[in-house]
Amino acid sequence: MKTLTVSVVTPDGPVLEDDYEMVSCKAESGELGILPGHIPLVAPLSINAVRLKRGNTEDKLAVNGGFMEVRPDKVTILAQSAEKPSDIDIERAKQAKERAERRLQSRQDHIDMLRAELALRRALNRLNVSSISR
Amino acid sequence: MASLRDIQSRINSTKKTRKITSAMQMVSASKMAKAEQNTKAFEPYSKKIQEVVAHIASSATDATHPMLEKREVKKTGYMVITADKGLVGAYNSNILKSLYHKIQERHQSKEDYTIITIGRKGYEFCKKMDLPIAQSIIGIGDQPDFADIKQIASETVQLYADEEIDELYILYNHYVSAISQQVTTTKLLPITDIEEHSNNTSFHDEYEYEPNEQQILEVLLPQYAESLIYGAILDGKASEHAASMTAMKSATDNAGELIDKLTLTYNRVRQAAITQEITEISGGVAALE
Repeated sequence: MKTLTVSVVTPDGPVLEDDYEMVSCKAESGELGILPGHIPLVAPLSINAVRLKRGNTEDKLAVNGGFMEVRPDKVTILAQSAEKPSDIDIERAKQAKERAERRLQSRQDHIDMLRAELALRRALNRLNVSSISR
Repeated sequence: MASLRDIQSRINSTKKTRKITSAMQMVSASKMAKAEQNTKAFEPYSKKIQEVVAHIASSATDATHPMLEKREVKKTGYMVITADKGLVGAYNSNILKSLYHKIQERHQSKEDYTIITIGRKGYEFCKKMDLPIAQSIIGIGDQPDFADIKQIASETVQLYADEEIDELYILYNHYVSAISQQVTTTKLLPITDIEEHSNNTSFHDEYEYEPNEQQILEVLLPQYAESLIYGAILDGKASEHAASMTAMKSATDNAGELIDKLTLTYNRVRQAAITQEITEISGGVAALE
């Protein structure tokens, strides 16, 4: 089976670099599946899980926005943060989720709705990724 | 001349100070090593993002973005990276001096510029000199995460996007080596000089852009600008720890010199006292004979 090298880099350092058979992720414009030999592509990512398949196993990463650069044999994901399930602090994500939900419900003018919504999506994404893998 | 006891107590207190400064020197040395590591960890990210930005910017035919275009400058933004505390030698004053000169040189009135401060010293300086501050952040820690500075970086980029400022300079101490830091001023926005760095990239294919170049640029450029700001902060932090290490080293050395001098004086005074006693005793004996 052909593979492609996936590297995930964030400002705080590289998160992952390994060979996989398939990458599925959610770009801003919709779901994308990348197989080896894909044409060169650049696409912004949404806050979502990136799924990396190799054989029968599947690894997941919680990726917070950013974008991906695809070459036939290499996928580079550049995000402001990306976490493996084992690195996710579930308690903190839960707290962040509750805080964001409270903010959204309060509907007060002085709260930045967009930011609260983004925070909620990040928290849900983290919880989602950490729960599937267990 | 000071009494023996006075000199002794000065020696003791100087010794204590030396202990503290040498401990601080070691702390700064380890912080500097950590900061260097952070800078290294950040490098792949910054390189890659620069590569992609350069590629899109140079190949883009009709895609444009305000961050790539020069516009008439009505207001200039200066981002100043300083430390939160002193004890770092000339680290802060070098930057602030250079900032002050720049402003004096370039601007007639306060309407023409605004300042974004990172670190307490810069903030206090601007407050004292009554310079306009647009944004400020204090207490970002010794090893800042991207999350810590994300907000000020994106707010600063937003200032440019909202046309509050028409160009943005960043002033920081560039880390040359552990004993040398250099005040650096870089023009951050508009992004004009990306092509320069891009000659070593190995693009042979044209990219597909999903959904299109315009939208990619909209995501990419703010992220790029933020990454440049983060890079400068990491660089500044490494310089700060290096400067603090050098300052503490010279403080420790000076304390050692002072202790030597004081010990010499102490011994002289002690010897003088003994000599005097002997003279008095032998004088007394001579008087009795």
